[in-house]
Amino acid sequence: MNSMLERLSKEFRVTDITERHPGLTTLTADKDVAETLLRELRDREGYTHLNFMTAIDYIERGVFTLVYMLHNYATKSTLSVHVNIDRVNAEMTSIHTLWAQAWTYQRELRELWGINFPGSPRVEEDFCLEGWEEIPPMRREFDTVEYCERTFTSREGRGTVNPREHMAEIIFPNRGGDK
Amino acid sequence: MPQPPTHSSSLDMAQPEPIDLSSGKYVKLWQGPQHPGITGNMSLELTLCGDEIVECKTHVGYLHRGFEKFMERRTYIQNFTVVCRIAVPEPTFNEYLYSAAIEELAGIEVPERANWLRALNLEMMRLASFLMWTGGMSGAFGLYTVPNWTLTYRDYILDLFEELTGARIYHMYIVPGGVRNVLPDGWKARALEILKGTEKMMREVDRVMMNNAVFKARSKGLGLIPPDMVDPYGIVGPNARAAGFKRDLRKDEPYLVYDQLDFEVVTATASDAYERAWVRQQEIFQCINLIRQMLERMPDSGPFQAQMPNVLHWKIPPGETYLKAECTRGEYGYYVVTDGSEYVRRVHVRGPSYTHAIAVMERLAVGTNIADIAGLMVSLHTYPPEIER
Repeated sequence: MNSMLERLSKEFRVTDITERHPGLTTLTADKDVAETLLRELRDREGYTHLNFMTAIDYIERGVFTLVYMLHNYATKSTLSVHVNIDRVNAEMTSIHTLWAQAWTYQRELRELWGINFPGSPRVEEDFCLEGWEEIPPMRREFDTVEYCERTFTSREGRGTVNPREHMAEIIFPNRGGDK
Repeated sequence: MPQPPTHSSSLDMAQPEPIDLSSGKYVKLWQGPQHPGITGNMSLELTLCGDEIVECKTHVGYLHRGFEKFMERRTYIQNFTVVCRIAVPEPTFNEYLYSAAIEELAGIEVPERANWLRALNLEMMRLASFLMWTGGMSGAFGLYTVPNWTLTYRDYILDLFEELTGARIYHMYIVPGGVRNVLPDGWKARALEILKGTEKMMREVDRVMMNNAVFKARSKGLGLIPPDMVDPYGIVGPNARAAGFKRDLRKDEPYLVYDQLDFEVVTATASDAYERAWVRQQEIFQCINLIRQMLERMPDSGPFQAQMPNVLHWKIPPGETYLKAECTRGEYGYYVVTDGSEYVRRVHVRGPSYTHAIAVMERLAVGTNIADIAGLMVSLHTYPPEIER
């Protein structure tokens, strides 16, 4: 494992190698080498299973972190490969030629985060939203409360309370809630 | 008759030639979303030539409630009302994985007794879920006696859940730091009695369903998953085991108390709908055996809940983790990222249905007879909410 990580850091300039718990290591790769790195990990290092791919929106840094979670059944080790891409005109190389299930994730990432994967099959088709005209809803600036208040009308008798304050008052009634 | 689109290899993702619907040779048909149970709440857009499927597209979104987005705006403890709803017939795996992930990130050690109770809960959930699946599988092939039997026994197991947790479906029993309570007086004896009945009933199911000539004729050879398709498509659980892959997280990367239990991974080779059903039948017997082992060996005393901080103001240090467990459909995982605040930064739920119901289903459906599509769907064992979290 360590020799593989040393080689990867030399050949692919991977950084931030961190062992999160035994069997799970995270690392960061540049966007331009990511596809080659993933192919290398699959074909040479035995990381044949793509557990999933997803994105994290670091709006404060202006980047999306794409996460490719790979697993090696033989060594029982999992690698979380992080790739940072710009939030503006977010685009990434498609890996549908590496894993046949990847196009579904890429379709979801395009719809819910607005990240494009040119060449990925059916990437422009709706995934779980239909006729969506707002900003992609998984982006941090998408405000679900504001959207709901603007889109739906409230029904009489369906008043709400702040759940945290409500529970604090139930649990600590004599202290006026645990403020 | 025009030939259905073919795939030359497991990774041939070239999309088939567009089908000319105006030619009069094809019919478009929607399968679902009409059944709020096992495979419902998603739909298959099928293109038929005669009674043969030439193209299949899975549509999801009928259940989309944005669970992952919700969780970013709620405190760690509030998320417990959200996670269990991600896989309706099997909420316990969500409770366990979410708890375990935030315990790891917060550095909380769970008492040994709680680990036994958690594993017991997970296996009971597996049994209930498999019984529901068995009913769905036989129903999809027209055997309506079996669902009545299996759903009755699933209900008896839900009775046990109700007694233990206060709820039948969304138990919220596994919580950060441990579990909510211990086994009530007399619960073990009642559980053993129900297990005995379930085992007897499953032997009947074996005769009525697995040895039924119609079931065999229709499910053998249906939805064949070749071994070279397993890794590229991310196929896991009984679907992979029926293709000969001896993979089970409980054995390969033991969590909770599975390393102290005695069991073997069930595998088969034919990799069709019948064999997948056979693997699950064997796993039901295995599950009953595991529950018996746990009831016999689990400690009867000791703490079942770790000392916790005030969960109303719970901040978890920055970090990330990915934890997984073997659910009835295979690898179920929670990827959790924290940033030191009171809110989770990102949660990604990895459910086996994501690939089984979309990429795998769309490929296996091609060339299938329309009458068998429901059986094929059920044989892959999919839950739509875990696709559109």
